[in-house]
Amino acid sequence: MLPELSRDEILRYSRHLLIPEVGLEGQRKLKASSVLIVGTGGLGSPVALYLAAAGVGRIGLVDYDTVDSSNLQRQIIHGISTVGKLKVDSAKAKMLDLNSDIQVDVFNEPYTSENALRIARDYDLILDGTDNFPTRYLTNDVAVFLGKPNVYASIYRFDGQLSVFYAKEGPCYRCLFPEPPPPGLVPSCAEGGVLGVLPGTIGTLQATEGLKMLLGIGEPLIGKLLLFNALDMSFDYVKLKKNPNCRVCGPNADIKELIDYEEFCGVPSHDHEEGSAGDGFDITAPELAERVKTNHLKLLDVREPHELQISALPNAVNIPLGELAGRLSELDSADEMIVFCKGGTRSARALELLASAGFKKIKNLKGGINAWANEVDTSLPLY
Amino acid sequence: MPVLRIPTPLRPYTNGQSNITVAGSNVSEALNDLTTQYPTIKPHLFNESDELRPFVNLFLGENNIKDLQGVSTPIADGDKLMLIPSIAGGADVA
Repeated sequence: MLPELSRDEILRYSRHLLIPEVGLEGQRKLKASSVLIVGTGGLGSPVALYLAAAGVGRIGLVDYDTVDSSNLQRQIIHGISTVGKLKVDSAKAKMLDLNSDIQVDVFNEPYTSENALRIARDYDLILDGTDNFPTRYLTNDVAVFLGKPNVYASIYRFDGQLSVFYAKEGPCYRCLFPEPPPPGLVPSCAEGGVLGVLPGTIGTLQATEGLKMLLGIGEPLIGKLLLFNALDMSFDYVKLKKNPNCRVCGPNADIKELIDYEEFCGVPSHDHEEGSAGDGFDITAPELAERVKTNHLKLLDVREPHELQISALPNAVNIPLGELAGRLSELDSADEMIVFCKGGTRSARALELLASAGFKKIKNLKGGINAWANEVDTSLPLY
Repeated sequence: MPVLRIPTPLRPYTNGQSNITVAGSNVSEALNDLTTQYPTIKPHLFNESDELRPFVNLFLGENNIKDLQGVSTPIADGDKLMLIPSIAGGADVA
């Protein structure tokens, strides 16, 4: 039995009721529906706003993060007034302001192998708005194991991808990407960045696919992948097939339960810790500030050249991480060298590379130039 | 000649070019031509044994070459090849 709509709801949703494909029955279906949005960031913002406005009866939000001012370039569900607050609470308030007739469940916790099945179990549909490989594989596997559709979207700079992974009717994410790129190889560790409007473009398409799945109308992107490029304004589609060797949804699947996704991907799913190269290989910003007063140290900046325009340390040599292996001859292993990047992750990788090439007098600036800007030279901008 | 579309994450290795004209009668030859024109892209597509890395998805038109004849898939003038990257999303990079 579908729930009835109140007089107020009929007025609110009248533009839906006028579309024969939705109509009164479709709107009642939406009211009876539930969705889980994994991530309340760039993609999650438009998805949560539009699904709330559309009258999806119950919407779950999972995110452990707090709102930062650097989010506001794209995460439009949040605002200046909620900087520093939990993203799930910030998003819930905005959604209920838009539509107080819906229920918003918040899960202020990282989405992990320990809690994901429990969290996702009670929803009809999962929307993947995550920003890292471990959580993407986790989101996929949870959807496969629970037999639920997973509306997938992903963004990078000017590129977006969209599909509906539904193992009952088509391929899953792992059918296309059986394994993630190893850390250090493109594009996961290449430079970040995203055009602020891109998650809006892709997120609204993701919400559209979610609504189609809930309503059972149109042709959802099951077995198809949309590739969007904002610079070319191109929309390309490719066909996706179920992979007979898929380890989670194939006939001989050998992954039957959730695994350790950080280990599988070789990267952490949570990016809040300062990049560290491990015990004995780090130097903190204040320690470095002391050392440069008395010692002659070589500074190696492994960021991309355009990042130097944002902030830089004087006398540092710039060799982007991607070029380092081919430019080792420019460095002298006799020098005592401090390697840094934005936050300490790329420089930790650079340290591994240098160590394997025989460099011994090397240290990683823990937390990168941002730590320097926070703890030593507050005139430097953070980014 | 066939054209190979390069996704944004790999464009730093093709001097920013998004569409590369490649020579060859099958996918393998086309990729060889690509890595000859742009040698620095090679480690991102191939492993040490010169095999295409498992996370690299190459499509001929709408179809994954894995669903055709792999790198032996014949190609012709005007064909559109597309590399599809594995992208995680807007994760901050430290």
